Amino acid sequence: MANIFIYPSNSLILYDLVERFGHKPLAVMQEIRKKVTTAGIDSPPLNITPEDPKIGLKYAAVEVPAGVRGRMSLLDPLLESAEAAILVEDAPIGFGCMGCQRTSELVGFLIRAKHVPILELDYPISDDAAKDFVYQISEFLEGLKGAKEAKNE
Amino acid sequence: MSEIEVAQISCGSEYTGIQREIESAAERVGAKIIFPDIDLEEVESAEAKFGLKVTSPDLKLMLARAISVVEGHTTADAVFIGTCFRCAEGALVRNEIRRYIHEKSGLPVISYSYTERTTADTLLTRMEALTTIAKRRSLLAREEQTGLTAGIDSGSTTTKAVVMENNKILGFGWVGSTDVLKSAEEAYSIALKESDVESDAVQALGVTGYGRFLLGKPFNADLIQEEITVNSKGAVYLADRQKGAATVIDIGGMDNKAISVHDGIPGIFTMGGICAGASGRFLEMTAKRLGVDITELGKLALAGDASNISMNSYCIVFGIQSLVNSLSKGARHEDVAAAACYSVAEQVFEQQLQEIEVREPVIMVGGTALIEGLPHAMRELLQAEVVVPPHAQLIGAVGSALLSSGFVDK
Repeated sequence: MANIFIYPSNSLILYDLVERFGHKPLAVMQEIRKKVTTAGIDSPPLNITPEDPKIGLKYAAVEVPAGVRGRMSLLDPLLESAEAAILVEDAPIGFGCMGCQRTSELVGFLIRAKHVPILELDYPISDDAAKDFVYQISEFLEGLKGAKEAKNE
Repeated sequence: MSEIEVAQISCGSEYTGIQREIESAAERVGAKIIFPDIDLEEVESAEAKFGLKVTSPDLKLMLARAISVVEGHTTADAVFIGTCFRCAEGALVRNEIRRYIHEKSGLPVISYSYTERTTADTLLTRMEALTTIAKRRSLLAREEQTGLTAGIDSGSTTTKAVVMENNKILGFGWVGSTDVLKSAEEAYSIALKESDVESDAVQALGVTGYGRFLLGKPFNADLIQEEITVNSKGAVYLADRQKGAATVIDIGGMDNKAISVHDGIPGIFTMGGICAGASGRFLEMTAKRLGVDITELGKLALAGDASNISMNSYCIVFGIQSLVNSLSKGARHEDVAAAACYSVAEQVFEQQLQEIEVREPVIMVGGTALIEGLPHAMRELLQAEVVVPPHAQLIGAVGSALLSSGFVDK
């Protein structure tokens, strides 16, 4: 089982697919859950405090908007633990989004720079493309299992 | 007073960690932040409807929320628009939405670009002005000062007080701000003495400025009001431009206000407080360096030519450095004074006046308006009629005395 970074990072469909094929999806919901269940912090709605954008300085300088850096602080643990990634381009908002295009651009760059196995797909716009979309994801995830087993041997 | 609903249309506030600060500022002035409810389809169709294409989904959401407010699907008394500081796409959307809501709905609007350092205190004056414009229009409708009233403006640099009776200034006090309370007492006692009036005879008193909350109780103030609405009223009153459109520019010691008003009521306004290089403080430092009193700087500037001086920065430190370098190369003091005035005016023009609708007449108020070189530079930049009303430095105090006469009637 590998840690699979997904983007859009809150895509329930990608999350579900990764889980179905026996891997661990890395999604932003997990990080938000940690935030909102942390006792003693009162910074609604996500419990992101003004300290979090400072954590985001790890990825972007101070001249980058605080909203980008705040989002990067949420994504930081996911990027750190990613062993592979599935990135979907041009997805409609309903499929999942982080709200900020600059964050999307930075995250795409960072995950590619990690040199982990990556599957990059366009969002499917027909039934046939959707079937192929799921097929490619399944092949990618199955392949990761084999690679991991071979590595362990 | 029933709770005022302020619709928040923003991007990034929850990830910046300052959403609580926005809500706290609203709560402190009796307002409640609401978010327009939007369907996914409305978000997806917002760009085409608004006519602006953007890449960030949260900005599309902003467009959809703005449309919802304008079309009446969301009922709100006022609108707060916010995006992250330094986000270019966000700034474009913020400006266009502000214009759109102001023109199409007539609701009072403020916009702000935040960082993780934005606090409720920073937003408080803006939020207070927003709620006043939304709910206290009857107060702002007052055009005449009646009875015997007084106003105190506790500013960051100077404290001003006036005593007025039936539309006439009887006396005023103008002192440097040190201890907020002591400075106010000093200015007020000078004003009372000059007016030959005992404090007991004053029928109503209003306070404004940074120290207003501290002064409210000791002075038993009838009106405690932020500077945006008070100065707007004071400006159009003193300039005798109460009807129709006008633009009020108040370059203060610590921050600047640019307010687009109609019939004396603020519409769009900005309050800049990030760079001291665009404040009266910069002119004070220039005067000190030139060895003249601040009251002489304006006349000196009028005799100079700003284009003879090379200014490399708007920063209060590096800007002064540029002026010092020019002096070391033999520049005329008059030119340096003119360059300092032009630098302040240009910075306000570039950073604040672009965010409001500049409509003539432009009324310059506050102590800095008396530095003649400054309105002159603004006139050159805007190519518009710039009016400096009599007693321009007393604008906040006069506005307070004017508005507090509403309490005499009661």
